[in-house]
Amino acid sequence: MGLLNYNFDWSVLWRAPYGQMMIQGIFTTVHLSLIAWGLALVLGILIGVLRTQPWVPGRIAGAVYVQVFRNTPFLVHLFFWYYAAPLILPVSGQQWLYDKVPNYAYWAGVAGLGMYTASRVAEQFRSGFSSIPADQYRAAYASGLRTFQVYRWVIIPYGFRLILPTITTEFLTCFKNSALTMTIGVMEITHTAYYIDSFTWHGLETTTAASLVYLTIAWIVIAVMGQVEKRVYIPGQIRKAG
Amino acid sequence: MDVDVIVRNAPFIFGGLYLTVQLAVFAIGGGLVLGILLGAARLSRQPWLYYPVSGYVHFFRGLPLLLVIFWLYFLIPVITGRNLNEFAAAVIAFIVYEAAYFSEIVRAGIQSVSRGQRMAGLSSGMTGVQTLRHVILPQALRTMVPSLVTHSVVIFQDTSLAYVIGLREFLRRVNLVDAREARSLELYLFAGLVYFILCSAGTFTGKRLERKNRERKVR
Repeated sequence: MGLLNYNFDWSVLWRAPYGQMMIQGIFTTVHLSLIAWGLALVLGILIGVLRTQPWVPGRIAGAVYVQVFRNTPFLVHLFFWYYAAPLILPVSGQQWLYDKVPNYAYWAGVAGLGMYTASRVAEQFRSGFSSIPADQYRAAYASGLRTFQVYRWVIIPYGFRLILPTITTEFLTCFKNSALTMTIGVMEITHTAYYIDSFTWHGLETTTAASLVYLTIAWIVIAVMGQVEKRVYIPGQIRKAG
Repeated sequence: MDVDVIVRNAPFIFGGLYLTVQLAVFAIGGGLVLGILLGAARLSRQPWLYYPVSGYVHFFRGLPLLLVIFWLYFLIPVITGRNLNEFAAAVIAFIVYEAAYFSEIVRAGIQSVSRGQRMAGLSSGMTGVQTLRHVILPQALRTMVPSLVTHSVVIFQDTSLAYVIGLREFLRRVNLVDAREARSLELYLFAGLVYFILCSAGTFTGKRLERKNRERKVR
């Protein structure tokens, strides 16, 4: 059959200049998803706090944010940031951003990916915050902390440990979603694999290699986070499956 | 703002929405069937069944869907020696990928049925497969339905990824109109709105079913 007759040429993976492009693609995937992840954590904590506070406008804003992101495809967000967002800037039109920010696609990707992941992370934080026993809040307030301090020193560290397993899963989702930034021209590993195919007609080899990259990094993250989870385990805490 | 651009291109764009819905129906239906098989296989005690299927599930859950679409797009012609059209390639990629996710939902659903049910089925003379089919699955399905609906919403959103292999579904057509008319803001806001309305309906249904299940359990 076909697979036996297919002329595999794995050397496209290290032949110049493709080898270097593949390595650059791996790096782009990694730092893109890490920066977006940082943005998602910050935003996610903020929205999670908003949604667990009694202040009603804040709760509504948080709920709207989460619902909007949950019910629209990520690709639409990317296109919005890349094609439409430059149009609504006060400065003169679309061209300005493309000219002034040399890798605008990359930052549009970071913004889209970060905000999208934030909506998922926020839900995790909300569930984490609301599963903290009320006594913890009371004790913190009783010892004279202000609301900001209560969150800074008690609720966020506690909640973070509770939701660490799900947060790992969300990171992996973020990491996998970074592949979609290829649609706006970011040269991450999926795009690189596809791009090399357009010169060499050996897309099968490059996409297989890209798959292995994703799996390897995912396994590394799972192994590392497994160790971290063991260290931050709260005695008496019921472990969630998954 | 120029809303007219949407009115002018409505037949073209909504033709794409029809294709999107078709793709979603194939993906959800096929993914669910394969997912039930895989989910049941992951609960099997037979190592020759358990390990390969677990490997399959972990493999696909570790990959981005976008890459799987590409990968199969390159792989299938090599295996079959024939070129595939985009729709078939997308459908196959979705079924293969989403089945891994569905199988996890199915597995959790089957595990939520109490062990006594299985024992009762076996002791009344049914085989393992018969017990699964007539006793366990009907009960498991009820608990699974909310998660299945929620995940179907995710799949509906994921169909926009068929964009990359050139399938002219909803988002691709919006993109094409944008390329011709240069009305990015209106078009992408509109696309987001359409997805939002359709998916919210799905999410809402999922939430309601979940609440119903919870009430049933309390009683």
